[in-house]
Formats: sequence, C-alpha cells, structure tokens
Amino acid sequence: MTQNVPRFAHGSRVPGWDDAVDLSKPPAVVPDPATTPVPETLRSAIEAAMGKYPDRRSAAIPALHLAQAEHGWLSPAAIAQVAAVMRLTPAYLTSVASFYDMFSLVPKASNDVFVCTNISCSLRGADEFYAAMQAAAEGEDVDVREFECLGACDIAPMASVNGEFVGPLTPDDADRIVRDLATGGPVLEHKQLRYRRCADPGVALEAGDFGPPDPAATELADTAGLGPHGDAADRPGPSAPIELDAEEEDASG
Amino acid sequence: MKILFGRIDEPGLNTLAVYERRGGYAALRRALEMEPAEIVEEISKSGLRGRGGAGFPTGRKASFLPKGDMDKYLVCNADESEPGTFKDRELMQKSPHMLIEGIVIACWAAGITRAFIYIRGEYEHQARILEAAIAEAARAGYLGERILGSEHTMSLVLHRGAGAYICGEETGLLDSLEGKRGNPRLKPPFPAIEGLYHGPTLINNVETLATIPHIVTMGGEAYAEHGVANSAGTKLVSVSGDVRRPGNYEIELGTPSREIIFDLAGGTFDGREVMLWFPGGSSSPVLTKDDLDIPYDFDSMAKAGTMLGSGAIIVVDDSHHPLEVALKLAKFYSHESCGKCVPCREGTTWTYKMLQRIETGEATPMDLDIMASVQEQIIGNCLCVLGDAMAMPVGSIVQKFRAPLEQAIEAARARHDSGALEHVVATTDFVGGARVADEHAGPAG
Repeated sequence: MTQNVPRFAHGSRVPGWDDAVDLSKPPAVVPDPATTPVPETLRSAIEAAMGKYPDRRSAAIPALHLAQAEHGWLSPAAIAQVAAVMRLTPAYLTSVASFYDMFSLVPKASNDVFVCTNISCSLRGADEFYAAMQAAAEGEDVDVREFECLGACDIAPMASVNGEFVGPLTPDDADRIVRDLATGGPVLEHKQLRYRRCADPGVALEAGDFGPPDPAATELADTAGLGPHGDAADRPGPSAPIELDAEEEDASG
Repeated sequence: MKILFGRIDEPGLNTLAVYERRGGYAALRRALEMEPAEIVEEISKSGLRGRGGAGFPTGRKASFLPKGDMDKYLVCNADESEPGTFKDRELMQKSPHMLIEGIVIACWAAGITRAFIYIRGEYEHQARILEAAIAEAARAGYLGERILGSEHTMSLVLHRGAGAYICGEETGLLDSLEGKRGNPRLKPPFPAIEGLYHGPTLINNVETLATIPHIVTMGGEAYAEHGVANSAGTKLVSVSGDVRRPGNYEIELGTPSREIIFDLAGGTFDGREVMLWFPGGSSSPVLTKDDLDIPYDFDSMAKAGTMLGSGAIIVVDDSHHPLEVALKLAKFYSHESCGKCVPCREGTTWTYKMLQRIETGEATPMDLDIMASVQEQIIGNCLCVLGDAMAMPVGSIVQKFRAPLEQAIEAARARHDSGALEHVVATTDFVGGARVADEHAGPAG
C-alpha cells in the first residue's frame, strides 16, 4: 500500500529542525569582552546577581531576565552580552533560555498577556476570554499567550498582564486591558489580585485589632476586594510599600 | 483556629514594623536561645508534615541532614505551580516575614548558613515584596552575621524562576537554581545527602517553613493537639473551580471535605451536582460526589486512593464533561514534561493525542483500555513524579467515568461518520452518480 505522505523539508514525516546546523563552522566560544559591548547597567546588574551565589552559573536565569528586560527579547546579541559578562558560552545560555516559558528567543511585542487556560480557569470560561483577548490584541503591541496555571485560581479566569495578576475576567475585559496598556496606566485596577482580601471568613473575625470586619466589604472581597466607595482607604492593603533608602537597598541586596 | 492566617489581612503586615508589633520575630529570639536539636525535637513532636505535596514528616527530613561543619543549604520551594494551588502566594504576599522567620529558625536548627527561596518567575509582585522584606530583615539584624548576638550566621537569597512546572520538583528545582535546565535528577542520592552544589540540602515548602515559628512559640505538643492523629495542625486549602467563593481557607486537618467545599467555599453554582473533585491539586486521583464526606487529612485521603497533595481542591460540577477535564490535564502535563524520561515524555504526549482522537471521532472504546495501560506504564518508571501526576488523575477519570467517556466516543464517531459521508458525497465524482447528486442537491438544498 503506497500512500503519498506529506514530508517535511528534511525528509521525515515528523517535524524537526528544518535548518541544519552548519557543521563547518566552529562552535561559538565565550564572547570576547573587548569586542562585545554591554550596557553598563546590564553589566553591573548581572555582576551583582553573580555575586549572590557560590557558583556564578546560578545567576543564569536572573541574568537572562535582566537581558530580556533590557532588549525586549533574548536576541543573539542579548545572549552574547550575558555570555560575555558571565563567561559562559552562548550555546549554554540558549539551552537554558529555551527551557523556560518566560524567555523568548524570538522577537515579541513589548506587552505580555499570559492567559491561564488551565483547569480551574477553563472551568470558569478562560477559553472564551483567551479568544476575546487574542481578537482584542490583533494589530496591537501586545503578545497574548496561553499559559500554565499561574497560581491564582481564586480569581479564575485570570491573566497576568506584564506580571500583574487580574481577574475574574469576562470577554469584555479584553478590550479594556488593551486600552489600559496603550495609555500606560494601571491595568484593570479594580480586578487586580493585590487588592483582594483573604476569602477565609475566620480571618476577619480574629483580626479584631484592625477594626471590626465590614460585612459589605467581606462580600465585595469575593470579586476584587474593593470597598463600596472604591477608594484606597478601603483596600485591605496587605502590600503596603516598604520605604528603603536607595543606598541601604543596594547594601543588603 | 487560625495559625498562619490569624492576621493575614492586616494592612501593612508585609512590613517589618507591623509584623514586629504583632509579635513577629519573638519566636526567632526564643529559638536562638534553644539548642538546635531541641528545635528539631519540637518540630518532630508537633507532627508537622510537609505542606508541599508529599506530606513527609518535617522533623524527620531535617534529621537526615549530616551533622558536622560543612556547606549545607536550605531551599524554600516557592515554585507553586501545581494547578489549583495558590496558598503560598497569599502567604508570601501578605506575610513575607513569617516565611523569613521560619527559614532563619530552620537554618539554626539544621546548622545551615546559606538559604535560598526559589520563587516561580510569574510571581513578580510577590518576589518584589519578598525582596523588600529580606532587605528589611537584614537591616534589622535578623539575617547576616551573628544574628541577634547569637552564634547563628546565615544569608538568604531570593531566586526567581522563569516559568517551568518541573522546577517545583525538588531536584529539578536544584538544577534550575544552579543555573541549568530544570531536569530532575536520579535519586538516591537524596538532596539531604547531596543536593545543591553537591552539598546536603534541606528543601521545604513555604507553608511548612512559615509554620515553624508558630511551633516554636506554642510548643510542639500544643501544635499537635490541632488536627487529627497523624495529620497534625492546620492546613491552608486552596479551593477553586465551580465554587461560589474560591480562595484560601485555613482549616484544621480532619475537617469533613463537604464542610470545606460547601460551607466555606459556598458550594457549587445554582445548586448543581458535584461531578468530580481533586482533593490535592490536579495531580491527585479524582474523587466523586460520593466521597464528599471523607475527612480532609493525609491518611483518610490515602485510604480513599488519592492524596492530600498540596491542599488544592478543584471542584468540577456536572455542567462539564469528564473528557474536558482529562484533555486539559493531559495537555498541561505533556507541555510541562521536561523530556528526560521516555515513559513520561511519550506517555503524556500520546495520552493527549488519544484524548483528542475521542473529540475528533477517531477513537474506539478500546482506546480507553490502551490509555489505562499507558498510565500504568508511566507510574513509577521515571526519575520524578510528573508523569505519575498525569497518570493518576487521568487513569482515575478513565476508570470512574468510563460510561460517559464511551458515550462521548460513540457520539463523536456518529458525528464524524455522518460528516465523512457528506464529505464523500460532496467531493467525489461518481460516474453518472454525480448528476444524480446534482439533481438531489437542488430541492434538498
């Protein structure tokens, strides 16, 4: 029985690496610091990270985070800069970067929206939101990705917008997210996880020292943790800013 | 009884000033006056079992560490990636100093001088809060050289991951912390003997470490009075899915599961029936509505053929199909399999493909048996339990919901077959028959 089986360029029926490695080229070695210019802020940040660990290689992931923040994505130039500072080969860093979902080895938009479509979120309609989000981000400077469980199933369905967790989302929120990103303000502030109260009813009852629980507020904590007036004082500010002097922060970090 | 969540919503509890005002770091002062062995003894007496998933007795784990003067490490596993689990997130965000205090005490008890917190990369806000809290604690002398004038010297570094479920597995986490791809290692040697940088390493979950200051304060025996035999203390439970009030609840172990799902989390929407629920994250074998009265503790869950895991209850009501749940699970685990062990890499991928075949109508009921046998061959045959984590829930869904799955197979096949017939009629050029088809197309269409 002969069948006309579709094949990939390399002759196999399974997808693979269509671009073969050029074996005549010598492998890339640790880049020469003299010929690899590295932005000074990036260099000092990577060096500070390397100093935190007994083995400098442990700083690979923090360094790649820093390089991605600097360059927008992990371009070959960005990898070379990290490699030059850390004295590692680009191949080693590429192998690390390709393992982790948050690193991008291809150019991407400057805003990231990770939509959780895992089990708890999908039970609450994450797939509909993901479709709406993709449609809303069409043609905008926003990358929308399906992501593994982000650890915020209490606000399912949720998304992480440039690292800020928001939920519970409806398909209508997709446009608002894109708008908020364009204006540069806080994204979907009334749905941000950081303002959410603990769901446990016992918590409020035993915490008498900071005032009796407001029944209305406890109800509202189900959605976004905002008080009835929506002003800052009503928020259960578990994340009050810590004020550190800049120099002290450097010394301890 | 709230032990960890007592003041969790107090504004500013993440700052040192408020935490100290509420008695924070008193347990550390007390611990530094005790002998390290005494602290381990108190923890053993408390009956505390690891809160990350495996439920291993914490005191016993600490006692595995070799004694003597050498580089030993403590790693706090804050790579909370198990679907359905979000308890550590709330703890770290709202009370980071409780975790830091627990780490400092644990290091003193086990003679450790270097500690790391491995937090998942997606928890950016929580990482910022922890970073600031560590800086504050160091400034106040709770970290660093000769802490509070004692013999104890240690450093604490926050390490951010970059998005990989497998890094929650302890040896994968260690590789990731060493700056490599997060592939699990062969055990033994266990991390307690040879772990981070080849040194003895103690790895504990956030919730476990955050409990230690409370055990030092109240004493091991007093802590053991909470909960039930063999499952002492309180547990943070993350309830999510089809419930009206999803969130974290602190319960005493041994509380009936029905009470957690219906009284605390508000039960299902519109009084729908519970179809299935995961008692301990998406890796635990599923239970059904008949199992709702099982007490929520380690032993009762083990007896019911499942596990307490990370304490994440995911409720699925009867508006969903078990196939939907199995597909999501298989897709997730096949994406997250690191690829090192063949049974897991191939088993998760093929399970996902076989489940997709049900949806496209290409499956036969025999596929369910093949799927069940694939699950059997994954379990216990890999370096880590990621494959098992898919095999157990999917295997249990196939076993407990065989009838609905068979119906789904038949329904999809019927849909597929009729679709195929229409396709053949529409595209084939029958000799002479084409004209017949055309004639019929007119009035019918």
